[in-house]
Amino acid sequence: MTVPFDIAIIGAGPAGMAAAHEANSLGLSAVVIDEQNAPGGQIYRNVQRVIAERPEDIRILGTEYACGNGLADGMQSSGIKHLAGHMVWQIERDGTVWCSDGNKAKRIQARTVVLATGAMERPMPVPGWTLPGVMTAGAVQILMKSAAMIPDGPVVLAGSGPLLLLVADQLIQSGARLAAIAETTSFSHYLAALPKLPKALSAMEYLKKGLQMRRRIKASGVPIISGISGLRINGGAKATGITFKAGGRTHTIAAETVLLHQGVVPNTQASRQLRLDHGWHDTQHYWYPKTDVFGATSEEKVFIAGDGAGIFGAMAAEVSGRLSVLQIASHLGVIDVAERDRKAKPLFSEKHHHDAIRPLLDALFPPPAEILNPRDDATIICRCEEVTAGDIRKAASLGAPGPNQLKAFLRAGMGPCQGRMCGLAVTEILAAALGKSPVDIGAYRIRPPLKPLSLAELADMDTDPGTVTSSSL
Amino acid sequence: MLKRRHSDSEVVAITVDGVAVEARAGESVAAAVLVSSSEATRTTPVSESPRAPYCMMGVCFECLMEIDGVANRQACMVQVAPGMRIQRQLGARDLRGAE
Repeated sequence: MTVPFDIAIIGAGPAGMAAAHEANSLGLSAVVIDEQNAPGGQIYRNVQRVIAERPEDIRILGTEYACGNGLADGMQSSGIKHLAGHMVWQIERDGTVWCSDGNKAKRIQARTVVLATGAMERPMPVPGWTLPGVMTAGAVQILMKSAAMIPDGPVVLAGSGPLLLLVADQLIQSGARLAAIAETTSFSHYLAALPKLPKALSAMEYLKKGLQMRRRIKASGVPIISGISGLRINGGAKATGITFKAGGRTHTIAAETVLLHQGVVPNTQASRQLRLDHGWHDTQHYWYPKTDVFGATSEEKVFIAGDGAGIFGAMAAEVSGRLSVLQIASHLGVIDVAERDRKAKPLFSEKHHHDAIRPLLDALFPPPAEILNPRDDATIICRCEEVTAGDIRKAASLGAPGPNQLKAFLRAGMGPCQGRMCGLAVTEILAAALGKSPVDIGAYRIRPPLKPLSLAELADMDTDPGTVTSSSL
Repeated sequence: MLKRRHSDSEVVAITVDGVAVEARAGESVAAAVLVSSSEATRTTPVSESPRAPYCMMGVCFECLMEIDGVANRQACMVQVAPGMRIQRQLGARDLRGAE
């Protein structure tokens, strides 16, 4: 007999793991489908192995990172089905999830879906950003967590955001050689953020951590250059450093590794593929799927928990994962509304606490105009198809009215990354060129498969719809 | 471009473009290739410009490599395994060379 799962949870980061715990404690059957081989998502990447094999690295990676271990261990010791190393390539509104383990495609039936697909770093199109030697700050942090690797040779970090400073601090403590930190944040951003400070004071632990990080970086002697603009990366076959303007003059800093970061944005590939309603964040310039306080979306059976619905951080993500499952449990009749509300009440106040820091961070670290809409026509926007900002502006002048029509002009967004890297910039460039708002311009239409899979994986799939369910896995 | 802070984990022998490389258990193919050389991990089909892994989390698709004969795999999403054969992808694929 076919018995679908109560919940299919996509992603095993903080939101997905917390959702799985909540489902388990309420007696709901859940399956967690995740692309990585071990639970943790990006924020708690490889946390179980780090703690087991090199616990001394927690001093560098932080006690907040170590907190993920409890969630990961708990998920594995519970009865929750965890499909690790499974790439989800299509999600349907009725709760059907299609995935592949790399050899064979599978079809999962569930009554509801919780997308816990998280965030990605905002792609940072500047001249030279495609050169080898250029990575995101988050990429190096993943290398530290997953492989204990750090850059060998001088490093420069450029951009802004909490993660830029966190990675700089962790690299310094790891013994990497930092040539400089070049931040787009300037005094005017601090002034703009000042009115948000009173609210943020209630989330004191975030402020304290930020100030400690800055103090340690200062004490290390690594130069911090603030209020930079006109960033470009130098080099031919690989990066040799960066050039930018600050304080009325041009600076050039030599480095073998250039780390870019300009905040994180929701990864909307899955929510777009499901055609959910999306909104636009005016300060942080990103798309987010519209959700209510429980993470319910414009599709009845689809919920979103964590940073995939808007950037609020790992602690808030955990809470939102639990809230989504409470609402699903009440929809399925497992708990009544009164019990849902009783359980949700402390979670809402916890979420409120973690959310309090965001307006300050959003005002302090806005993405600069030159990243959103690069002025230099030669800047590559679509890395896969090598489409430049100038190409896009020209197509706009020739009549391309939006991102989807732009594909026919330039193939932008049609390469292997399927628009993940260029989507936001394409919307912004077209909006500026055509004098419209990003909401009027819209975003790429995302179609399955969410990531490429081979014909062999498809051909090997069991087509009996009842094959993969809670009764058979 | 990269170095390991610890080298006490189990060695996994792989080859990159036919050259023997010592990776470590649990590393992704992208990490193992990056630590062995700072050269480009592929050149693009459009203009043959040099590229290397950018995001390390499976969204940028810059780390595409041929792994055990299968082209266009995300090297940051695949863990190294003993005897793994990894090839850089240079430019567009030559149809005549495809099996």
